[in-house]
Amino acid sequence: MPSVWTKQDSGPVTAMTAYLLKRLAIAFATLVLASMVVFAVLEIIPGDPARLMLGMNASADQVELLRNQMGLNAPLALRYLHWAGGLLSLDFGRSYTYSVPVIDLVRERVVVSLPLALIALALSTLIAIPVGLFSAGRHGRAGDTIAMGAAQLGVAVPNFWFALMLIYLFAVWLRLVPAGGFPGWGAGIWPALKALVLPAIALALPQAAILARVTRSALIEVLNEDYIRTARAKGLPYRAVLWRHALRNAMIPVLTILGLQFAFLLAGTIIIENVFYLPGLGRLVFQAITQRDLIVVESVVMLLVAAVIAVNLLVDLSYAVVDPRLRSRP
Amino acid sequence: MSLLEIESLSLTIGDTPILRNIELSVAPGEVMGLVGESGSGKSITALTVMQLLPYAARTTGRVAFDGIDILAASEDQMCALRGDDIGMVFQEPMTALNPVKTIGEQVAEGIRWHTGASRADAEERARKMLDRVGLPAAQFPLSRYPHELSGGQRQRVVIAIACALKPKLLIADEPTTALDVVLQAQILDLLRDLVAENRMGLLLISHDLAVVTEMADRITILRHGEVMEAGDTARTLSEQLHPYTRQLAQASMHVPARARTHEVGQGQPLLRVDSVTRDYPGRRTSLFKRSAPTRAVDNVSFSMTSGQSVALVGRSGCGKSTLARMILALDGPTSGTIRFRGQEITGKSEADLKSARRDMQVVFQDPYGSFDPRQKVERLVAEPLHVLEKKPDGAERREMVANALHEVGLSPRDMDKYPHEFSGGQRQRLSIARAIITRPKLVVADEPVSALDVSIRAQILDLFAELNQKLGIAYLFITHDLIVARAISDEVMVMHDGRIVERGKTSEVLDHPQSEAARALVGAAPDLHRAIARRLREQG
Amino acid sequence: MTLRLDMPEENLASILGKAFGNRSFLAGFAITALVAAVALVSFLWTPYDVTRLVIADKTQAPSLAHWFGTDHFGRDILSMIMVGARNSIAVALVAVGIGVGIGVPLGAFAAARGGLVDEALMRLNDLVFAFPALLSAIMITAIFGPGAVNAIIAIGIFNIPVFARVARAGALAIWQREFILAARAAGKGKTLITLEHVLPNIVTLLLVQGTIQFALGILAEAGLSYVGLGTQPPMPSWGRMLFDAQTRMVVAPWMAIFPGMAIVITVLGLNLLGDGIADILDPRSRRRR
Repeated sequence: MPSVWTKQDSGPVTAMTAYLLKRLAIAFATLVLASMVVFAVLEIIPGDPARLMLGMNASADQVELLRNQMGLNAPLALRYLHWAGGLLSLDFGRSYTYSVPVIDLVRERVVVSLPLALIALALSTLIAIPVGLFSAGRHGRAGDTIAMGAAQLGVAVPNFWFALMLIYLFAVWLRLVPAGGFPGWGAGIWPALKALVLPAIALALPQAAILARVTRSALIEVLNEDYIRTARAKGLPYRAVLWRHALRNAMIPVLTILGLQFAFLLAGTIIIENVFYLPGLGRLVFQAITQRDLIVVESVVMLLVAAVIAVNLLVDLSYAVVDPRLRSRP
Repeated sequence: MSLLEIESLSLTIGDTPILRNIELSVAPGEVMGLVGESGSGKSITALTVMQLLPYAARTTGRVAFDGIDILAASEDQMCALRGDDIGMVFQEPMTALNPVKTIGEQVAEGIRWHTGASRADAEERARKMLDRVGLPAAQFPLSRYPHELSGGQRQRVVIAIACALKPKLLIADEPTTALDVVLQAQILDLLRDLVAENRMGLLLISHDLAVVTEMADRITILRHGEVMEAGDTARTLSEQLHPYTRQLAQASMHVPARARTHEVGQGQPLLRVDSVTRDYPGRRTSLFKRSAPTRAVDNVSFSMTSGQSVALVGRSGCGKSTLARMILALDGPTSGTIRFRGQEITGKSEADLKSARRDMQVVFQDPYGSFDPRQKVERLVAEPLHVLEKKPDGAERREMVANALHEVGLSPRDMDKYPHEFSGGQRQRLSIARAIITRPKLVVADEPVSALDVSIRAQILDLFAELNQKLGIAYLFITHDLIVARAISDEVMVMHDGRIVERGKTSEVLDHPQSEAARALVGAAPDLHRAIARRLREQG
Repeated sequence: MTLRLDMPEENLASILGKAFGNRSFLAGFAITALVAAVALVSFLWTPYDVTRLVIADKTQAPSLAHWFGTDHFGRDILSMIMVGARNSIAVALVAVGIGVGIGVPLGAFAAARGGLVDEALMRLNDLVFAFPALLSAIMITAIFGPGAVNAIIAIGIFNIPVFARVARAGALAIWQREFILAARAAGKGKTLITLEHVLPNIVTLLLVQGTIQFALGILAEAGLSYVGLGTQPPMPSWGRMLFDAQTRMVVAPWMAIFPGMAIVITVLGLNLLGDGIADILDPRSRRRR
């Protein structure tokens, strides 16, 4: 007896490929456009990087020489291509202020920011989905009201204030975790993770509140559909219907929000890293902005934008996994 | 001994009584027809038996199924009954199946749940069941998703789910209302066969007296949550003792009186459609390839004269609505021309179309969707005045709206209300008022009465007939319902796969259809007279 | 079953009636009105002058004289919160205005035109969405200089695609309705239909999104001010107050607690209001009750 999965027509498969290719093309085009925007914004910023590097005392000739060396006098299009080509080969140039390759700075910092964002995302998802399921299952009853009241409050809390309160409670009062700073992964997994716990919670809880609300309302929406009644008429108990039929159909809005949250978490780390004095990408870009280290700014921004686009692409692809209708209708 | 026995069932939601003292029974192998207009409580009765009622519903009385007290049964007991001993089929096949699961999974799910069968066994049984309901493995493997099936095919899947475990009772709630007559006849045949094979009891819920008469051994007629009359189908409907039964029966066969009828080809053509074709681009099959375009309308030519009433009938998807949209210049043909009052209207700008629009209006099917909920009746009915050369001022406009409302049997006072304050039938009157306010020469009506209850439908058909006589408006009725075509039109055109395959006087086409498509439509259309006659004959 | 439950159409009286029965709406409305009132009062009166520094009174704990305590310059925290409310509301409101003013016409236009125009506008939207909003706001304010005006612009820019998307989705749903076909049959063009039928029917949707973006705007302004790129001292702002509080958490926790609560309450009020409006106007919400 062949399983239901073995038979696949060629139709939906080619349609699926077309969908994937289209999404991929859109993601690439967005990336190219975004790089142009970043390049253009930094072009119009007042201030000469060569002058900045050499200091106020340098002569005009010295500056001009450096400008030529840095390729700043080349035509705009050429400079863009040079810059974009560099990005592709991970050659981001040298930082004006640190005088080291930007890629080294990024490499150093990404090992703090990426784990932080991932832990926060995992934490947020692990809290939000069960709460959403719980609330939707008890729609309109006391449990739902309490859970959603808490979520409503969670959405309203700014993460950096929440971070301050966490520091006050756990670091100052209870002295359970360090108030800030990062010992580095070299100091061992535990101390490093300990330093990331509070920042991750501060980032995750407000996001979890949003995600729980979205999960609940998506589930409730789905639970009103006709096919839920069909499933109930089959004799499935409410809980089984929730898990087997409602959850998967409710995944599309949930995935959308998850994708958006990743972008939000990446940006959220800028402020949270400042609160906790974590040497991550956010602090790097923030310091670079205040020091006008433009090459660092544009590199990190491009990196974050690329990450967001990649995650959005991933979300688009997971839509196709969840919803068979997308597979046959590009 | 009855399979299902409902005794003095009453139901309230909040403070609103929905059902009062319902009495109903179904014996094994028997078909019980439950008839009533919208809001009569038929569906709620069915959901009570399934115990799938809204949260706030309160019930009293007794519902016994196979010796089990349903109203007192626990949720676990009900889960054991649902899908195993009681199956249910719903009205809307397009939304009744989970879009992200294959039809195989959905049919097998109930089997596995109730019998604990292995996946492979359940799939094998699901396969047999799908074969039985007319979805053979070659075209409909278990791996198909619902969106790959048509409405009729999806309803077959729903029936397969409901009947997979050979339930003792099948509840079918308007199972064919969303389907065209030909599909309806097929689905009804399937239900009839399944009942006979398994000696199931069938509780068939419908608003359509003819459908129930063809199917049911006994019928129960509901109105406002109360049983009006119940008994043997043939006797109940032939004697029509209860006034409400008589009213329903007469309304469903109502033919408005029209003094003048218009013959084929009288006078100058008002509308002339010349070899019109409309293609839609094919589905994209890969990045660079598309399948061949679909031809929705295929080389259609016909003409209509002033004051003539023509019905365009055909199965759903035959292209009749596409044709109507092109006639209304809401869509352009791929090739061919449409002339209205001698002027070509294809490919014209909105400004050039103004004078044509003045003489050509439209009435849609859905009396709920065809009005902007945020505007008052005065603005809604006055909307077509937009095409007049000289825009009427406020007082003139109110005067014209008042006249139009009066003509459709509404009061000028209704002008300041919002559409939601009207019932479905009244809204369709508003729709007609909007269509006639510019005194058009042609009104295109797309299924104008198919969303209405039979008694309301009869009134609206009367109104159409009256306006045709009084104002000399020509009608093009788009419908799949031959009863409506017979009631209102001088001529019938039968459309099939984008072509007009037959045209003639209404009575001739409907009584002696020539083309295969027309014969299929006429043969499948439920007819109350015929159904009663056959019932009586069978019983001798 | 042909029970008709999908009737979004209501008149004002019945909407008001339902508004008074909706706890979410009432609570949200009360809180929002309170915050707005506090902001207005701050123009005329505050308990203390927020521009005068009284070093002798620095970092005093909450007392009858200073309900919420004082900061490191001896300024009254309650007074600063009152003035900060005015500031937060102004920034967020104008930012929402920018989003609505540009985003809604774009979205409605995309929905009306469809095809390539629609596709191009939506790709442009994707482009803006690819930039993490806060990061970009920080970049914009850093480049063009910190300050309330640049904060407004930075937050406003990221409201544009949000409103464009909501307006487009809402408008597309309206364009599918039969009454649009009726309007077209009456000879009305796309612009007229958009103005007469589409926009009035998506107002409620925009209202709900507006309150959400308003709340997010308040959070964003606080974030920018917290990193020193929003409202500049001496003008008090909630975010800046939290920044000042951070290093003094141990000695003066009230400096952090009260401004934070002000943000939470304001955002909570707006979110409740948005939920309430959505509930009242969503035809499906009645089915659930």
